[in-house]
Amino acid sequence: MSDKPKGDQPASDRKWKYIGTRPIRHDGLDKVTGRAQFGADYALPGMLWGKVLRSPHAHARIRGIDVSAALALDGVKAVITGRDFPDVASEAAEGGEGANDFGDLAMNVIAREKALYHGHAVAAVAATTAKIAEEACKRIVVDYEVLKPVLSLDAALAANAPILHESARATGHEPLPKGPSNVASRREMGRGDIAKGFSDADVVVEREFRTPMVHQGYIEPHAVLARTGQDGRSVVWCCTQGAFMVRAYSAKVLGLSTDMIKVIPTEIGGGFGGKTTVYGEPLAILLSRKAGRPVKFVMSREEVFRASGPTSGTHIRVKMGATRDGKLTAAEAVLYYEAGAFKGSPVGAAMMTVFAPYKLANVRIEGWDVVLNKPKVAAYRAPGAPMAALVVETVMDELAEKLGLDPIDLRLENAVHEGVQATYGPKFRAIGFVETLRAAKSHPHYKAPLGVNQGRGVACGFWFNAGMSSSANVSINEDGSAVVVTGNPDIGGSRASLALMAAEELGIPVENVRPVVADTEAIGYTDLTGGSRVTFATGMAVIEAARDVVRQLRARAAQIWSVELDAVAWEDGRALLLSEAPGVHEPLSLAQLAGRAAQTGGPLVGRAALNARGAGPGFATHLCDVEVDRETGAVTVLRYTAVQDAGKAIHPSYVEGQYQGGVAQGIGWALNEEYIFDENGAMENAGFLDYRMPVASDLPMIDTVIVEVPNPMHPYGVRGVGETPIVPPLAAVANAVQRAARVKLSELPISPPRLLEAIDRAV
Amino acid sequence: MKIHVHTRVNGEATEFLCAPDRSLLEILRDELQLTGTKEGCSTGDCGACSVMLDGRLVCSCLVLAPEVEGRSIETIEGVAKGDQIHVLQRKFLEHAALQCGICTPGFIIAAKALLERNPDPSEEETRYWLAGNLCRCTGYDKIIHAVLDAAADLRGETR
Amino acid sequence: MARVFFSSGLRRLVGGAESVEIDARDVRELLRALDAKYPGFASRIGDANAIAIDGEIIPHGEALLERLRPDSEVHFLPQIGGG
Repeated sequence: MSDKPKGDQPASDRKWKYIGTRPIRHDGLDKVTGRAQFGADYALPGMLWGKVLRSPHAHARIRGIDVSAALALDGVKAVITGRDFPDVASEAAEGGEGANDFGDLAMNVIAREKALYHGHAVAAVAATTAKIAEEACKRIVVDYEVLKPVLSLDAALAANAPILHESARATGHEPLPKGPSNVASRREMGRGDIAKGFSDADVVVEREFRTPMVHQGYIEPHAVLARTGQDGRSVVWCCTQGAFMVRAYSAKVLGLSTDMIKVIPTEIGGGFGGKTTVYGEPLAILLSRKAGRPVKFVMSREEVFRASGPTSGTHIRVKMGATRDGKLTAAEAVLYYEAGAFKGSPVGAAMMTVFAPYKLANVRIEGWDVVLNKPKVAAYRAPGAPMAALVVETVMDELAEKLGLDPIDLRLENAVHEGVQATYGPKFRAIGFVETLRAAKSHPHYKAPLGVNQGRGVACGFWFNAGMSSSANVSINEDGSAVVVTGNPDIGGSRASLALMAAEELGIPVENVRPVVADTEAIGYTDLTGGSRVTFATGMAVIEAARDVVRQLRARAAQIWSVELDAVAWEDGRALLLSEAPGVHEPLSLAQLAGRAAQTGGPLVGRAALNARGAGPGFATHLCDVEVDRETGAVTVLRYTAVQDAGKAIHPSYVEGQYQGGVAQGIGWALNEEYIFDENGAMENAGFLDYRMPVASDLPMIDTVIVEVPNPMHPYGVRGVGETPIVPPLAAVANAVQRAARVKLSELPISPPRLLEAIDRAV
Repeated sequence: MKIHVHTRVNGEATEFLCAPDRSLLEILRDELQLTGTKEGCSTGDCGACSVMLDGRLVCSCLVLAPEVEGRSIETIEGVAKGDQIHVLQRKFLEHAALQCGICTPGFIIAAKALLERNPDPSEEETRYWLAGNLCRCTGYDKIIHAVLDAAADLRGETR
Repeated sequence: MARVFFSSGLRRLVGGAESVEIDARDVRELLRALDAKYPGFASRIGDANAIAIDGEIIPHGEALLERLRPDSEVHFLPQIGGG
C-alpha cells in the first residue's frame, strides 16, 4: 500500500536508495584487466596503416605537391592531399560547442594554400605497413614558399606583422583594425562607470600575467580505424568525446551526407576537451575510400603535441579597486588569447568568467582573439577560464594583503549569490559559491600552521556548465534487469552515474542495470561528452526514460489488476496498489512484470530525448600550501584542498576524482607545463620528458570537500563538476608561492628559473 | 630479414616473426593481439606500456622485440588468474582509482612489481616508485590509496 | 514586454541604451523587432553568439523559437565552448 507516486520532491528532501553510493563501475573489470578496447586497440583484416606528412615550416605557401614517388612505392595503396578534399565554406560548426568554423576546420585537417603551423597536415598515405607508409611520406615532394612565422601575441599584433589570412578581417566591437591583420576579433563587455568606480576605491591593484600554450595531456593519442564499404558508407572506430560530432564534422570536411558515416566511439583514454573535434578521422575515412581497405591512423605523442589542439597562451591585465572595508568598487580586464592558426580562442568564455564570482556594478572587459603560427587551439577543461582566474585571484590576494583582510573574508564580502546579476549579464539562480567559501574557511587546512618558506594560497573558480541535447533508452530485459543506452563516451565514470540514476528510478539494484555507450546508429542524436554536461543532461534524459518505463510498468500492473493507472504506485522496484483502490493485490516486482511483458502489451522500453535546460553553474574554493626552495627555485606542493559545489553527487568517488584530476592539471599548468617553440616555430619539447606534467611524486594527497547546493532545475539537483576544478589551481599555487617567497609573479609556469629570477628581483 | 623469436608471455610459450627494429610494445599489441599494454608516448616517459621482463619492470616501448628471445614476459592480461582478479585490481576498482582507465594496466603492473619487492611501502616510496607512470585523470590520490590498501591486504592487515 | 540588456560592446548598436523593452513572443520576433528599431542590428550581431533568457544561456541557432515571458530578461553573450 502506498501514497501518491514520488515524482519530483525537492532533491534535498529526498531519501536516496542508490544515489550517493559508490558501486564498482560496470566497465571497471575490463579496464583493470586490459580487456577494454581503446581507440588504438581495434584491427580489421586487410587493414592498412595511415601516416601523415606534416609541414616542417610554421608559415609557408604550398605551391605544389608531387606524390608520384610515394604512389610508386610498393605497398602504398592511397595518397591524399588538400586537393582531394572539397572547399568548405565558412560556417559556424554546431555539435562541438562554441566557436568552431567548418571552413577553418577543413583547412586544419589538411592544408590547402598555406601551411600555418609546424606540424600542419599536408598529405596522408595508407600502406600495408606503418614503415612503408612512413617511407612513402618521405618521398612526397612539397614545394614550399617559406614565410616569416608569427610566434607570439606581441609579434602577431605588431605593425607590419606577417599576416596569416590575407582575406580575413577582424570582427566584433569597434575599434577594430582595418584591412588585413592577425586580429580575428575584439569584443567588449561591461556596465556601470569604471572611472567613478576606481575613484571611489581606497585601494587599486593592477596585475599582468603571461601564460603559455599548454596541452590537455591525455595519455591516449588520437586513434581512428575507418572502413568504407562497396556502397561508399564508412564505419569509423575512434576515441572521441562525441561520436555524433565526429560524424557531423567528418561529413562536412569530406562533403558527404551524415548518413554515409557511422561512428562507433571506443573507450577513450582522456580528452579534457582535446577530443571534441576531428584530426585524423576525415583523413582515415578518405584513405579507406580510395584504397578500398580499412585504414588505421594513430598519432604519435609528438604529433599529439605538434598537431592536435592545445589551449591558448595568453596575456592578461586585470585592475580592481576596493574600499577600505573590502567592498569591490570596479574591475577591468584586458585579455589577449592565442587562437593558433585559425580564429576561435576561448577568449569569449574568459571574458564571461573573469569576474563572475564577484558582485560588481562597474566592470569593463575587453577580449582579443589573435591568430598566429601555432596549432589551432581546442577546448581544454573550462576553456579560457583558468588563465583569467589566475590574474583576478592574484589581484584579490594582493587586495586582501593591502587591506589587511583575510583572503576568504574579502571574497565572502563580494561573493555572488542567487539573484545577483552576473558581470556577464544574467541573474544567477541558486548557486553555492558562499557555501564553498565557508567550507574552506572552516576546514582544518585553513588553520594549519605554516613554516619557513611556506605559504598558503586561496583561489576561487567558476564554470557555467552546459545542458545541450541527449537521448536515452531504458529497456527492461525478460528477467527484470535493465539496459540504459546513451550516446556519451565515458571519460570519467559517467556510465556508473547514469546506471545509478536509472536504478534509483526503477528501484532495482545498480548491479542489475547495464549502462551502454552506443554508436551513432543505435541511439538518438546526443551532444558530446564535455562541458560538464553528461551527469546533468544525459542524466536528465536517463531519469526521464526510466520514468517512462515506470509509467509503462504501472500501466501493465493496472491491466493485470483491472484498475485505473492512477491506482498504481511504483516503489522500491515494485508496483503497489494504492490503499484507496478496490481489491487486494500482492505487489508485482519489476522482474514479474518483465516476465509478463508480451502478455500485457509488448516490450518495456522507455525513451527520452531532450535539450536540457537549467544547467547550474559550479563554484569552487581551493586552498594550496607550498614550500619554496630559495636556492633552487623548486616548489613543493605540501597540501591541497578543493571545495566545490556539485549540487548533488551521484557517485561521490567520481565527483572527488574530477576535483582531484582538475587540481593536478592546474598544478602542472602553474608550475611546469609550457610549449617551448624555437625561432622557426617548431615545438622543442614535444614529448613527456620535457613537457613536464605532474607525476605521483610531485603531488600530495588532494583533499576534497563536496558541497551540495542542489540545482533546482535538475530532478536530483545535479550540477556539472568536470571543469570547475581546473579553474582555481593556477592562482591557488601562484598565491601560495608569492606568499611563501615574498615575490610578485607575472608569468607561468613558475618553473625554477623563473622563480629564482623573481626572488632575485625582489631582494 | 625478419627474426624468429621464441619467448614466454604470461606463462605461455609464444613465438613471432619481427623486423629487428620493432619494439616489444608493437609486437605485443599488433602481432600477439595483447592490446592491454598501451602506447602513450613510445619514448619511455609515460609507463603506459609497462610489462615485467624476467621479473623486472620495463617500458616495453624501449625493449627491442628480438631482445626477448628465451625470456619471460608478464603483461596485464596475465595478472588475473582465471576469474580471480589480483588484490591490486580489486582495490583499484573499490577506490575508484581509474577514470578513463588508459594508464591503469601500466599502474597495476608497476604497483605489483613494487609490492613484490617491498610489501610495506610508505606513501612516499609508493609515489616515487610510481613516478614513471603518468596519469592525467586522477591526480594519483586514489591510485596511491589503492596501492597502499592492497599492500596492507597482502600483509593481512587492514588500512 | 521582454527587457533586453546590452553590455558595453553592443551599446553603440542601440544608440547607447543599456536596456530596451521589446514586445515579442519569442526570440525570432525579438530580433526582428530590434532590427526594425535599430536597422542593421541583426546582421551586426550575427549568429556567432549565445542568448541568455532568464538566466538560461542558449546558442543563437537554438534560441530562435524560445518563448519569452512578459517579464523575461534577455542578454546577448559570446559563444562558450566546454571541454
